[in-house]
Amino acid sequence: MIPSQFDYVAPSTLDDAVTLLREHGGEAKVISGGQSLIPMLKLRLAAPTVLVDINRIDGLDYIEDRDGALHIGALAREADIEQSAVVRQRYPLLYDTARVIADPIVRNSATICGNVAHGDPGNDHPATMIALDASFVILGPNGTRTVAARDFFVGLFTTVLEPDEILTEVVIPTPPPRSGGAYFKLERKVGDFATAAVAAQLTLDANGNCQRAGIALTNVGPTPIRATSAEGFLQNKPLDPINVAQAALLAADAAEPVADWRGSEDYKRDLIRVLTSRALTLAGRRARGETINRGS
Amino acid sequence: MSTHDITVTVNGQTHAAEVESRLLLVHFIRENLRLTGTHIGCDTSHCGACTVIVDGRPVKSCTMFAVQADGRAVRTVEGLEVAGALHPVQAGFKEEHGLQCGYCTPGMMMTATALLESNASPSEGEIRQAISGNLCRCTGYVNIVKAIQHAAATIRATKTETPARGVAAAGQSATTA
Repeated sequence: MIPSQFDYVAPSTLDDAVTLLREHGGEAKVISGGQSLIPMLKLRLAAPTVLVDINRIDGLDYIEDRDGALHIGALAREADIEQSAVVRQRYPLLYDTARVIADPIVRNSATICGNVAHGDPGNDHPATMIALDASFVILGPNGTRTVAARDFFVGLFTTVLEPDEILTEVVIPTPPPRSGGAYFKLERKVGDFATAAVAAQLTLDANGNCQRAGIALTNVGPTPIRATSAEGFLQNKPLDPINVAQAALLAADAAEPVADWRGSEDYKRDLIRVLTSRALTLAGRRARGETINRGS
Repeated sequence: MSTHDITVTVNGQTHAAEVESRLLLVHFIRENLRLTGTHIGCDTSHCGACTVIVDGRPVKSCTMFAVQADGRAVRTVEGLEVAGALHPVQAGFKEEHGLQCGYCTPGMMMTATALLESNASPSEGEIRQAISGNLCRCTGYVNIVKAIQHAAATIRATKTETPARGVAAAGQSATTA
């Protein structure tokens, strides 16, 4: 399959990239890892007249834990997240998520920022970023602005990004002590989008009660869904099996799944219940200091 | 039509070409360079038949534009054999019968090669994880895993005897238009 014709430019600075986007209005598209965009170009689901390739811009591939937050640059790859010791140790929810995106070869190219900016409700990082209370740094013609993950996703493939803006950095606040997270995804096979998935991030107080819960759902609505009633329910409660089960029911209620070849509405809703329960349970164990690595 | 002058090193040889923006790397490799060992399978970045190594990392060459490879070093299955000697990964696939129809084999071997360059002693789980983006519809993966284990053992054995061999023979340079 061959994409429609387009022009290609590879600027060497972010400012030049923004200028190019501004010159071409809505006709230009940013390409970073290209692992979603190139298949869409080939299937002719997208036909921008200009691709602005940011891969030649130096200094954007960082993953830095500093000043109370994890900073992830626009060209950090999913594989870099998987290999980052600090991510494994301090951001297990992010590690869990990166390792189930697409497949290992795609993850060598795919970027975290691209996964977020694409606005696909089937992508995995959006729910994780909401659960982690992350924010996104956006560069446009008038400088930078910062948008909270929970305010970023507007609709199907639609975010608050303007056509002449670039998502340049994800900022994840460092979780306080007694925090833990987990991502649970059911996929039919490696490389498939989630039938459903759940991101959970917990902080416990000294007595083991839930001080903060972040819970968000993947691919059961036009955007990632924050399960606010489930989060609120857990506030100041012990993370025991009964409370976990009740929070999981509330999360399932928040889902807005549609039936497709991956399953019926009822099936997906119940899947959210089960995955929420598992994610909260593992997040709780990690918050209590257990080191639980998943995968090979 | 937007075209670009690119220079790409493929298996140690430098190739200069004028390419359309939309030319995919896999088409550049197969059609411009006539290196048809790299296969096109699903064409949607699922199957991994088109896997090549770009600057040390395996990528699916159906999901990268040739213009993006400008200035980069690409390795394809044709670059594995050196001076008539099979690469340990190729020998492993031969010895352990790691293929039936052979369609997935070039991509599978490039993924395996990159894996063994970063980890000479992978566990079975690490091998299965590494090749999870390469689909085989014939063998059920058992012999492919054995083939990669065979290659790993060969590489470990030779590493202690001789220095690791280079990525490509130095000094080779050819230009195509």
